[in-house]
Amino acid sequence: MKLFRNLLDSVKPQFDEGGKLHKFLPAYDAFETFLFVPDHTTHSGSHIRDGIDLKRTMIMVVLAMVPCLLFGMWNTGHQHFLALGEMTGLGDGLIDKLLYGALRVMPLVVVSYGAGLGVEFLFAIIRKEQVNEGFLVSGMLIPLCMPVEVPLWMVALATVFAVVIGKEVFGGTGMNILNVALTARAFLFFAYPTMMSGDKVWIDASTADGQTLADSYTGATALGDLANLAKMDAGAEGTTAIWSTFQAGGDYSFMNAFLGFIPGSVGETSALACLLGAGILLFTGIGSWRIMLSMLFGGLVMGAIFNLWGDNMFMEVPPHHQLVIGGFMFGMVFMATDPVTASQTNTGKWIYGFGCGFFGIMIRVFNPAYPEGIMLAILFMNVMAPFIDHYVVQANINRRLKRLKVA
Amino acid sequence: MGYADIFLKAIFVENMIFAYFLGMCSYLAVSKTVKTGMGLGLAVIFVLGITVPINYLLENYVLKEGALDWLDTSFATLDLSFLSFIMFIAVIASMVQLVEMIVEKFAPALYGALGIFLPLIAVNCSILGGALFMQERQYANIGEATIFGLGSGVGWWLAIVAIAAIREKIRYSHVPEPLRGLGITFIITGLMGIAFMSFMGI
Repeated sequence: MKLFRNLLDSVKPQFDEGGKLHKFLPAYDAFETFLFVPDHTTHSGSHIRDGIDLKRTMIMVVLAMVPCLLFGMWNTGHQHFLALGEMTGLGDGLIDKLLYGALRVMPLVVVSYGAGLGVEFLFAIIRKEQVNEGFLVSGMLIPLCMPVEVPLWMVALATVFAVVIGKEVFGGTGMNILNVALTARAFLFFAYPTMMSGDKVWIDASTADGQTLADSYTGATALGDLANLAKMDAGAEGTTAIWSTFQAGGDYSFMNAFLGFIPGSVGETSALACLLGAGILLFTGIGSWRIMLSMLFGGLVMGAIFNLWGDNMFMEVPPHHQLVIGGFMFGMVFMATDPVTASQTNTGKWIYGFGCGFFGIMIRVFNPAYPEGIMLAILFMNVMAPFIDHYVVQANINRRLKRLKVA
Repeated sequence: MGYADIFLKAIFVENMIFAYFLGMCSYLAVSKTVKTGMGLGLAVIFVLGITVPINYLLENYVLKEGALDWLDTSFATLDLSFLSFIMFIAVIASMVQLVEMIVEKFAPALYGALGIFLPLIAVNCSILGGALFMQERQYANIGEATIFGLGSGVGWWLAIVAIAAIREKIRYSHVPEPLRGLGITFIITGLMGIAFMSFMGI
């Protein structure tokens, strides 16, 4: 640490007023505050001081994502070796799988952080602002919600789009109306649909010498399979085959999906890892329990309604099973609770969360083109959140006015 | 197609703003506050809900080829559909006059806030668009046409109140100078369009 301090102190004059590199002060400032607790004190007025600032908040969220990240790495390796037919047991080759997965996932993380922070620094320098820490979380969320086979340049492109159009044009961290990571994912989803859905992208099935297994192995996600069921074009035999994978002992059984041994985006497969993250967020009070609870509830309600409806096989998936497949848990814990884009009022949070869960399951089942509907449902509720807030506040004002008139 | 199907489709899937970008001028200009947006949105629902069924009757009993058959069999080959634009517009303009009088009488504050945009509903593309979509999609009966008109109106209303709330929220944001006002509104509209794309293809 001493070394960093000395280094920072020695270059500081360059960045001060009149220094040669004054233009780049935001970049310097970002590094300094990232490494050390700032020593500025408030000069006037009284403020409530708390040890937790934006940076610590963001770091806590990143820490909460670590279980998902680690599990995602292992699962990437696991699915890869499963595709090759090697080390198929769950306990086999733990280190091998983790290492292989890390080799595939870390480039995504590095590219996302590199592209995103690059743009952030550029904007801070041009607009003479401080670099904000908001991207620490988005930069981690973006790789976690991508399929493992997505090309790196697409990750970079989506990150830049999301940071510039989704955040910086609104004035930077805390001002965006849509969740940055979801904007990146939705951008890729609509711009390059073939790389973001289907049955080729979820599993890295390349062999050691770089050849892809010649379409002998396809791995759709559980939702992709279910969407095929909904379309009813699998034939009676195929339908039974797919359906049996969702029963106890099948590939997509409740336990498998809950623990996360299924193909899917890097970080989203394990409901358990997401719940660990949720535990951290709730314990530290960073994530809103209202949103998580109401979203869970919304998903269950919609799942139950579909059960009663029972028009096709997809609708007959039990509600609790709906919650553990796809990105539902991941979206619930990390995306929907984003304090900037969610509703700000407590009542609004209940409505907002419920809407996320409700629409998420609805889009997933109704819209065969977009089985991964949670992302779009949360985006939709992001758009609606200010409107919900407006009426919650307005209702409060009206209630108080009425009380005033009675008294 | 069931009524619920047509209604939901008109709101979410074939949203006037996000799928067709119709009625943008008043959408952009009157969405500064939720209150005015709400008023204009409700007016659009009302106008669409009335003009689409009226135009439906016009289309099916006067304008379409052979529509005048009920009057006299000699009109069976008569095709007046070249008149449909001017007839639709006439219906819309008179309906807007009606709405204007109602709003002025019962909500003078709103009347003042909406200003020129209330009479401009007459030339709001989403209203004429609603009538023309109705003509193109050939709904089976007047019930379907009414539901479609109401649904399109609700979709437009949803779009304008949502963007108005967002614009109120970002009022104090540090938006880059050149993008202030309309620029950022266009960007928001595009992003909202992405969010609404979730319903496309249902």
